[in-house]
Amino acid sequence: MIIVRLNTIRPFPWLILIVTVSFALVPWWTDNVSLRENLILAALDITLASSLNLMLGYAGYVNFGNIVMFGLGGYFGVYLVSVWHWPILVATLVGGIAVSVIAYVFGLGILRLRGAYFALATIGVNEAVSVFVTNFEPWGGASGLYLSLDAYAPLGGPGHTLWIVYFLMVAVMGLSLALSYAIRRSKFGLGLLAIGENEDAAATLGVPTRIYKAMVYSVSAFLPAIAGGLYFFKSGIIEPTGAFDLTTSIETIVMVMLGGQGTVAGPVIGAFLYEELRGYLLTAQAFSHFQLVIAGLLLLVIVLFAPSGLMGFVHQKLPFTRRWLE
Amino acid sequence: MAQILASVIDGVLIGSIYGLAAMGLTLIWGVMNVINLSHGAVIVLGMFALYYLSSVLGLNAYAALPIVIVIGFGVGVALYWIAVHRVIGRPPLMSLLSTFAVNMVLIGLGTAFWSTSPYNVPVSLPSVSWQGYTYTGTHIVAAALAVVIAGLLYLLLYRTRVGKAVRAVAANRAAAEVCGIPTTQVLALSFGVGVTLAFASGMLIATLFPFTVLSGGAYQLKSFVVTVLGGLGNPAGALLGGLFLGLIEGVATPFMPVSWMPMIEFVLFVFVLIAFPSGIFSFTRK
Repeated sequence: MIIVRLNTIRPFPWLILIVTVSFALVPWWTDNVSLRENLILAALDITLASSLNLMLGYAGYVNFGNIVMFGLGGYFGVYLVSVWHWPILVATLVGGIAVSVIAYVFGLGILRLRGAYFALATIGVNEAVSVFVTNFEPWGGASGLYLSLDAYAPLGGPGHTLWIVYFLMVAVMGLSLALSYAIRRSKFGLGLLAIGENEDAAATLGVPTRIYKAMVYSVSAFLPAIAGGLYFFKSGIIEPTGAFDLTTSIETIVMVMLGGQGTVAGPVIGAFLYEELRGYLLTAQAFSHFQLVIAGLLLLVIVLFAPSGLMGFVHQKLPFTRRWLE
Repeated sequence: MAQILASVIDGVLIGSIYGLAAMGLTLIWGVMNVINLSHGAVIVLGMFALYYLSSVLGLNAYAALPIVIVIGFGVGVALYWIAVHRVIGRPPLMSLLSTFAVNMVLIGLGTAFWSTSPYNVPVSLPSVSWQGYTYTGTHIVAAALAVVIAGLLYLLLYRTRVGKAVRAVAANRAAAEVCGIPTTQVLALSFGVGVTLAFASGMLIATLFPFTVLSGGAYQLKSFVVTVLGGLGNPAGALLGGLFLGLIEGVATPFMPVSWMPMIEFVLFVFVLIAFPSGIFSFTRK
């Protein structure tokens, strides 16, 4: 007789797998293009939110410039594809690695700052990179880079490419969730959570805070950079205002806060809900001008009254979910 | 040589207004450890307050200043109770996010009502010519008013009982409370004064340049740079920092494309944050 010890079952990795696979298969089976376009944005947002959560939720560092990595990844990808004619997979991967290395070096510098000072510096980094790219001629300056239709030929034409990019984006989303879960259960994650609680105490107990912070900054840059490469490859155009939009950065923070910072599932739920809400607000006539206002009010209410987000609420009301939904 | 001197004067004139805007930010930081990310939106409100008072109601632009100050104080105290009061003493993440939420709401409402097209408040004053260079009267008056308002803030902080209470709360809130200072009211008042300074600087900027709902972002970032140069929480440092930033802008613009300017500012900003976290003038306070 097999004795199943319930408390050793960790259903969460399976949950991640189920979510990822259903993201990939449902639009494919139903051949529903508008659902696919809707879900690719959700997958992108989930990737961004879940990567931001590594910084914001685990290590407790507010990063207003998280979108920099997404934009830079997009620029690397589009540049390598359009000018050097690299295949898209290699281009995005190289872009992701390059951005991670840049982030690690940046991180060693600006992560000497703590709390509010770090948050201010991230706004500075976002603006500085944006201005740099606007004036950087090899990347097309203010008018940006375009892809010609030939760029999609190796993947079987534009129509086919959209599906391939969609599956790749869903794969990146799945990776971001797996990464978030793996980090949370690792010694590295424990160190980050300790930094989030009390950085000095963590350092005293032997957590290599400086390296850990630079590492998490670099890790949280990797998948957004790849997602950026895919997203702007799909759009076929990249320009500085679209790539380094501070509003998108902030919306990502709203998603993380809405779902519940510091949990693995929270950013996913937050990103999905926020994406649906945004889609609804944009199509509803009465609200289309007030999208920013509603996002702002939502953020304000969460911060003032429910700082641990939806996951915090669920965990508090239904304690048994703590083991199932991490 | 004369050209550099002219650039220096230009820089000082505009820098004093940057300084004024940054004083509002640094005061709020110094008293309650809150970085007010709605600063830029509030600067824009100051601009539009002037627009309504001057272009719609027909007031003289400078006569509108006291009214703008009163409105600014009211808005500031209201914002304190709505968004800031509950996050005092919580992790910096919370106050950053709540003031940013206010920023989103204000900018969103502003965009809905005023769109993002440019507005302009026509103010005509005679110009001053000196050694072949012309300085517009509006710049000179705006700089003078900025210095006067900064002086009034100094008097408020260092020559009144209320100012003493503000400084006491900034130094140690718990001890101030024990001494019988109603610290919550003092925090609300400080936030009000900080926002008032932003309103006033927005109003002065509106007399110089055309503006849009989104102009605030650029001035907010300049305020951060200035605040960091002067040392967070140090109003006098903010004024010096503003003059310093204005000087850099004034002297650098003839030699390089204007579009590179923000890049230089932010590199300076991040560098100063890391290398001189208490500001480049901190040696004066040893």
